[in-house]
Amino acid sequence: MLGRTLQEVSAALKQGQITPTELCQKCLSLIKKTKFLNAYITVSEEVALKQAEESEKRYKNGQSLGDLDGIPVAVKDNFSTSGIETTCASNMLKGYIPPYNATVVQKLLDQGALLMGKTNLDEFAMGSGSTDGIFGPVKNPWSYSKQYREKRKQNPHSKNEDSDWLITGGSSGGSAAAVSAFTCYAALGSDTGGSTRNPAAHCGLVGFKPSYGLVSRHGLIPLVNSMDVPGILTRCVDDAAIVLGALAGPDPKDSTTVHDPINKPFMLPSLADVSKLCIGIPKEYLIPELSSEVRSLWSKAADLFKSEGAKVLEVSLPHTSYSIVCYHVLCTSEVASNMARFDGLQYGHRCDINVSTEAMYAATRREGFNDVVRGRILSGNFFLLKENYENYFVKAQKVRRLIANDFVNAFNSGVDVLLTPTTLSEAVPYLEFIKEDNRTRSAQDDIFTQAVNMAGLPAVSIPVALSNQGLPIGLQFIGRAFCDQQLLTVAKWFEKQVQFPVIQLQELMDDCSAVLENEKSASVSLKQ
Amino acid sequence: MWSRLVWLGLRAPLGGRQGFTSKADPQGSGRITAQVIEHLERLALVDFGSCEAVARLEKAIAFADRLRAVDTDGVEPMESVLEDRCLYLRSDNVVEGNCADELLQNSHRVVEEYFVAPPGNISLAKLDEQEPFPHS
Repeated sequence: MLGRTLQEVSAALKQGQITPTELCQKCLSLIKKTKFLNAYITVSEEVALKQAEESEKRYKNGQSLGDLDGIPVAVKDNFSTSGIETTCASNMLKGYIPPYNATVVQKLLDQGALLMGKTNLDEFAMGSGSTDGIFGPVKNPWSYSKQYREKRKQNPHSKNEDSDWLITGGSSGGSAAAVSAFTCYAALGSDTGGSTRNPAAHCGLVGFKPSYGLVSRHGLIPLVNSMDVPGILTRCVDDAAIVLGALAGPDPKDSTTVHDPINKPFMLPSLADVSKLCIGIPKEYLIPELSSEVRSLWSKAADLFKSEGAKVLEVSLPHTSYSIVCYHVLCTSEVASNMARFDGLQYGHRCDINVSTEAMYAATRREGFNDVVRGRILSGNFFLLKENYENYFVKAQKVRRLIANDFVNAFNSGVDVLLTPTTLSEAVPYLEFIKEDNRTRSAQDDIFTQAVNMAGLPAVSIPVALSNQGLPIGLQFIGRAFCDQQLLTVAKWFEKQVQFPVIQLQELMDDCSAVLENEKSASVSLKQ
Repeated sequence: MWSRLVWLGLRAPLGGRQGFTSKADPQGSGRITAQVIEHLERLALVDFGSCEAVARLEKAIAFADRLRAVDTDGVEPMESVLEDRCLYLRSDNVVEGNCADELLQNSHRVVEEYFVAPPGNISLAKLDEQEPFPHS
């Protein structure tokens, strides 16, 4: 039951094959078993069981709220949840209990979803590995998969099994690990530079970033106000569409949500053929650092579309090489501003110094933030200095426009959807990842994902195939602004073609009565 | 204790370098003087803490300098991707509030319905006079 998709479980709940309480308990039990993954910061057991009880009553009375009623979900720990600790994996907010729910959380709860817990992340969502939070790094469930371990046994140089565990990618690594390990059916992440799509690619999941303005940011502790979006992590595209249907829509509490009428619910049509589709391949995304396996899968994916009748064009996004620099400046500048609210007076950590407000703020912030956050605040403040404002901040804003225009031009040339890699390679071992500092890693890993945030476009990472080492590789589709439904429709077609294998975590599931049902056989059309 | 020595060591060579220049100087950045450090620390109310942090800032600036190569003549800065749209305002009706108790609960120092702050008009001590803080 735990291995099924959201759609399937929802149907099972409606038919009475399983009750929300049973489902909730199975998930809670699995969460306990997979504690070593460190995916969850807070497990809201009592809350979830209470919600399950209420959901059960509704099902008994035939009054279920919809597809999400009784479905276990997890939420990244930078979304405010009323009565449940929200830390952003930082000392600054350790022990902070918000008095309100983020709009997206409220929408999930209104649909009857069961909140399993808050997931781990990089501190304040700054990072691309989910390694820099105060609660420790998150381990990629694929490190323990049969697929990966079998390949490692064949490798004569393989070392001790657990010391070589892999990162999940970031910064929504906890959410990705939670969904990937079957502890919930969907999880919320946030996406500012690729923070949802990156871990999705590394954990073999669908990671969807909606168009900026489609989903409310109220309650999402902000990193970069002009680029943040709540992201959705699920095991298949249909599930992501169901969650999006619940979350999308204008919010009076977030003035950056658009009020255009959207087609609700997000029912995805099944594309019969792609012959009317035009796929764009941005040539600047073919960089030397791209691993040969990812490059080969990217090329095979393009061929797949071609062979099915779609038009596949090479397009140019000329300012691609500057997008990471531009992002770096804008991100640190907005961070410098957004982090200014943490002064210890009204909420969060407060130091013991009482000499003056400035001394108190400074010490509180020193104690509350880690090096990564402080580094970004200081860089941001530098770029915002009067003498630097024009040359750095405004310049970056101009470059942002050029980058956004690149995409507009590409789409105007007839392209419906762009196809790019999501990450440079498969997930790397933690010991390898920490050899470089956070900023360098982010600059490397965000390369394919962050231009999308600058232009506010929708994008989705779809798991395509396993690498030679048995690890997931994902590819990214980018759509036109507010054409999220079309994007997901194409992604759904593609997902069906590639038949990405299910992760085999048999050893973990042994005691649970939930055996992986509906296990898809590894009939992959894009085999390596 | 050693962190204070580190700071003194840091300031000596920096003090000898060319002071931070205005935007008129094309080479401008890349030179983080002690004044800049102090200025940033006061603005951000976050301290560098170590030489590595200063080095990281210098690298970050060098990285950002790559933007100079882009020709942005005649390009307007972009503040939001939704710039072509109207901002919607809510109607001016009070629909929520009266939650003083809930809000006060999250603070460490509260007296009746007040958040308690230390005295405000004392500027942050200069680097020299500051207590050496433990290396983070």
